[in-house]
Amino acid sequence: MTGFTSDEMMTIAAARALKNDDVCFVGIGAPSAACNVARLTHAPDITLIYESGTIGTAPDVLPLSIGDGELCETAVTTVSVPEMFRYWLQGGRISVGFLGAAQLDRFGNINTTVIGDYHTPKVRLPGGGGAPEIASSCGEIFITMKQSKRGLVDKIDFFTSFGHGEGGHARERLGLRTKGPTLLITDLAIWKPDPETKEFTVTALHPGVTREAVQETCGWPVRFAPGLVETPAPTALELDTLRALRARTAAAHGGQEVA
Amino acid sequence: MATFMSLAEAVSSNVFDGDTAAFEGFTHLIPHAAAHEAIRQGRRDLTLVRMTPDIVYDQMIGMGLAKKLIFSYAGNPGVGLLRRLRDAVENGWPHPVEIEEHSHAAMANAYEAGAAGLPCAVFRGYKGTSLAKVNPNIRSIICPFTGEELAAVPSIRPDVTFIHAQKANRRGDVLVEGIIGIQKEAVLAARRAVVTVEEVVEDFAGVHPNACVLPHWTVKAIAVVPGGAHPSYAHGYYARDNRSYLEWDAIAADREAFMAWMKQNVLDKDADVFAGRVAALRAAR
Repeated sequence: MTGFTSDEMMTIAAARALKNDDVCFVGIGAPSAACNVARLTHAPDITLIYESGTIGTAPDVLPLSIGDGELCETAVTTVSVPEMFRYWLQGGRISVGFLGAAQLDRFGNINTTVIGDYHTPKVRLPGGGGAPEIASSCGEIFITMKQSKRGLVDKIDFFTSFGHGEGGHARERLGLRTKGPTLLITDLAIWKPDPETKEFTVTALHPGVTREAVQETCGWPVRFAPGLVETPAPTALELDTLRALRARTAAAHGGQEVA
Repeated sequence: MATFMSLAEAVSSNVFDGDTAAFEGFTHLIPHAAAHEAIRQGRRDLTLVRMTPDIVYDQMIGMGLAKKLIFSYAGNPGVGLLRRLRDAVENGWPHPVEIEEHSHAAMANAYEAGAAGLPCAVFRGYKGTSLAKVNPNIRSIICPFTGEELAAVPSIRPDVTFIHAQKANRRGDVLVEGIIGIQKEAVLAARRAVVTVEEVVEDFAGVHPNACVLPHWTVKAIAVVPGGAHPSYAHGYYARDNRSYLEWDAIAADREAFMAWMKQNVLDKDADVFAGRVAALRAAR
């Protein structure tokens, strides 16, 4: 143990990617912790938006769902769901969409719909929710998830949310004018798309993580950037903030951990 | 014109076998009591519409009410998968359920189009997604002015929509506060709308002029059911029962445990139990 877990490193590295002036659409699950750590540390003025229509929310505990009451109580304003998706998301007012994934490929395409065939699925997952249009309408997309061979796969079974397709200029060919996935933060590393091929490439390893560990938990041959660096370890402030947030959240939700 | 009646009467006179029925509430104000009443009355062959099916449709599907499901996110938010829905889709238990799957943006636009009396909704979406390939109701349209290809889906026009709301006044106008979600659009898109409320007040004096109010002539029936959203919540009245959502995962994982839970908590009960279920959640608002 080096004083923090790989999960904490992932959340804190993800939080650092957000800027104080970002308007961020927060996906359900892991992104929520990262976005709120950002707000409670270096980005106090960040606008966090959840798809329930809550704009500029500042929850004291992490919501279990995207529509917990505290999101509304602390928001600058709460709009209807059609308004959320039409004026705010489709209208191009969101700078960053922060998503998690069940399955992800090397080009940032996300599957949260089915494992196996759509009509006779091996596992039926929840589906897209807001993600398909978050992925296409936000200025850029950050993705955060734990690495595993089941998660980071050579080919996804279903394109729930489009990333860079088969790579290269796939987005432009579809008429998409937004950047798509520009950052992947896992429990082991930070990945960025290659400027030409758009394949996710490891640019930083978290402290103590080896190249082998990254490869062993990834379903495609991993490419490492030439100037590979080490992610700075969490600061005391970052760790304290995250742990306090998780403790408040666990207490509020009856002692059970929330992703 | 809104008529006040018991929940049992509101359900029996407004939803019929084979109907397209929406039970809406985006995390907040989910009409659980109304859904339980529909389960007790044994409705069959329903096409159930809901953006986020969650526990309430897991129960209805598991009890065999649904012929088809139109939805955009079939999960127990923050907890996991819907195990009764999965059992129906993966194993056909208690019988197979046809699914029509969309994104939230599509469903939100489709409800709004329904409320606006339009045949379809047009929006920028579904680019590059597989859903557009497996759902024949996801099509495209060319903007006649710019040539841009846009997504098109049929509007949602339920035979009946059920919502929960905070309060009605004596005349039957309905006030919705907090996360208003899709409540207004779902009511206006439907042929008939049934609303369960926490309470009836004399009038809405002091309410902000821009508040979300559904005039009494847009609603068919109102039933007063305190706690009627539980384990969802009613902003200003009681908090979301997150523990129940967490516990549902284990109940729904097993067919027999599910049936036993439904008998004990739904079939052998009536709408009056909901007030007691939220008593401890009122302090947390």
